[in-house]
Amino acid sequence: MLSLLLRQARRILLTVLLGGLLGATLVRLGPGFGVDERELDNRLSADSQQAIRMERAKENNIALFYVRYLGGFLHGDFGFSRSLNRPVAELLKERLPLTLESLGYGVFGGASMGLVLALLTVWWRAPGSDLVPALLSGLCLAAPAAIIALVLLWIGVASRWAIALVVFPHVYRYAKNQLIATSQSPHVVAAEAKGLSSWRVLWAHVFTPAAPQLAALAGISVSLAFGASIPIEVICDTPGVGQLAWRAAMDRDLPMLVTITVLVALMTLVVNSLADLALAAWKNNTVPPAAGSAPA
Amino acid sequence: MSFKQKFALAILGVAVVASLGAGYLVQSSYSEQFRDAISAPPSARFWLGTDELGRDRFARLLYGTRVSMLLAPAAALLATLIAGLIGGAAGYLGGRWERMITAGVDLFLSLPWLFLLLAVRALLPLNTSPVMSVMITFLLLGCLGWAGPARIIRAGTRTLVNSDFLVQASASGVSRWRLFWRHLLPNLRPVLLAQFWISIPLFILSEANLGLLGLGVSEPLPSWGAMLRDLENYSAVLQNPWMLAPAVLLVAVVGCLQLLLGTEERGVSC
Repeated sequence: MLSLLLRQARRILLTVLLGGLLGATLVRLGPGFGVDERELDNRLSADSQQAIRMERAKENNIALFYVRYLGGFLHGDFGFSRSLNRPVAELLKERLPLTLESLGYGVFGGASMGLVLALLTVWWRAPGSDLVPALLSGLCLAAPAAIIALVLLWIGVASRWAIALVVFPHVYRYAKNQLIATSQSPHVVAAEAKGLSSWRVLWAHVFTPAAPQLAALAGISVSLAFGASIPIEVICDTPGVGQLAWRAAMDRDLPMLVTITVLVALMTLVVNSLADLALAAWKNNTVPPAAGSAPA
Repeated sequence: MSFKQKFALAILGVAVVASLGAGYLVQSSYSEQFRDAISAPPSARFWLGTDELGRDRFARLLYGTRVSMLLAPAAALLATLIAGLIGGAAGYLGGRWERMITAGVDLFLSLPWLFLLLAVRALLPLNTSPVMSVMITFLLLGCLGWAGPARIIRAGTRTLVNSDFLVQASASGVSRWRLFWRHLLPNLRPVLLAQFWISIPLFILSEANLGLLGLGVSEPLPSWGAMLRDLENYSAVLQNPWMLAPAVLLVAVVGCLQLLLGTEERGVSC
């Protein structure tokens, strides 16, 4: 458990370091780097312009530039947005809560919908019982997130449900396969043979053992939801982080775009790590020791 | 092959043949403007009507289908090649190399795909020629879409490396290079092919999302993503429901691809 915790922490730290380096590289390579509009100001004397140039020259040292960028990143200084003329941290503080709220509703809604429909499909084993959920999930899987957002916008449904519809098919299909596989295990057949009610078998002997594997979907769902948030927020005109990333891309505001990318990666990693840790903790508490290792 | 899969194959076949034979099916080019028929409804001359610039929607749909259906496989091929090299090397070399490459792949996978795509796309020129924009879009998809397949290819390679025939070939004195090219790579073909086919619908959807965001293929060249931008005008769509044709075709083609590949049964986790 401790080694897993350390491994996850190392992974997150590595992401911050490499993400920061990637960000610094993109910012350096991006158009407009090393140019200061104050140099065009005729009111500044030659000495002042030389001082400005000297100040910028410090950034020409690549190693120093990386260290400064990373240092700022770790201290919450995410740079300055050229397109919106405001600090990136301030913009994120404004927009992140809205995106996180949409994501929360979307992931919860999509996961609940997927799990409930998967449970119903496994419980109701009649031929063709999964026709409607299978069609719905197939449709949601084949449509780009932007199209789902447009359709919901037309019918006046909140954009957070578009995120739910992006997450739903992945959860439904994975959960259905997991539950079907578990329902065919010998302990389930034995429970059915003993005359337990079908709901009790489904809940206690199929869903509960499969629950940790299903919990592992949380990380993937968050990642999917973040990805879908860009087109959905742009189409629905929601002032969240996804829309901010799109504006940054259109305005080629690389410092802002890279910071958002690294932060979103970090949040995804943290959720993934929490899911992995929860799964490991559950296994530690429930899986009995192997027969050979049991104390005499 | 089940009936559903045969049906999906037939739809895909029709879409591919129609897009390749666009020159025979429609008289006009995708960029030709008919100033006497601006925003015209469907007719015998224009099967899906014309857009606000007087361009034949049906011609644009067919040529757009050609762009998406030819270049998505090209991007998938590139991604599979990169994944094959990286994943194959990780699985074949093993030890420290495998750990390093796997950590890199995991890290790459933790970066959100569309955010990363936007960041790299924004770094490249946005005001390029239409043909260049197509190349950039699909090259980016190919270059950034390798990480998922690389993990699976690494696992496949590890299984092969420990197989009897490779151990025997190695014991017979076959060089590592020859072992890789003559014995390992040909046996990895099924895994590589599966990854190639699975990547295609993913890239079609990514291009559609990018196009709708205005970061995909530039006008006047059509693509499914670029054509979907028309749908943002809700009142126009209500009056001209045939504007939905690109969206319907896109969903149908991706759905058929997933049905054919069986990804809809497994659930795609990319």
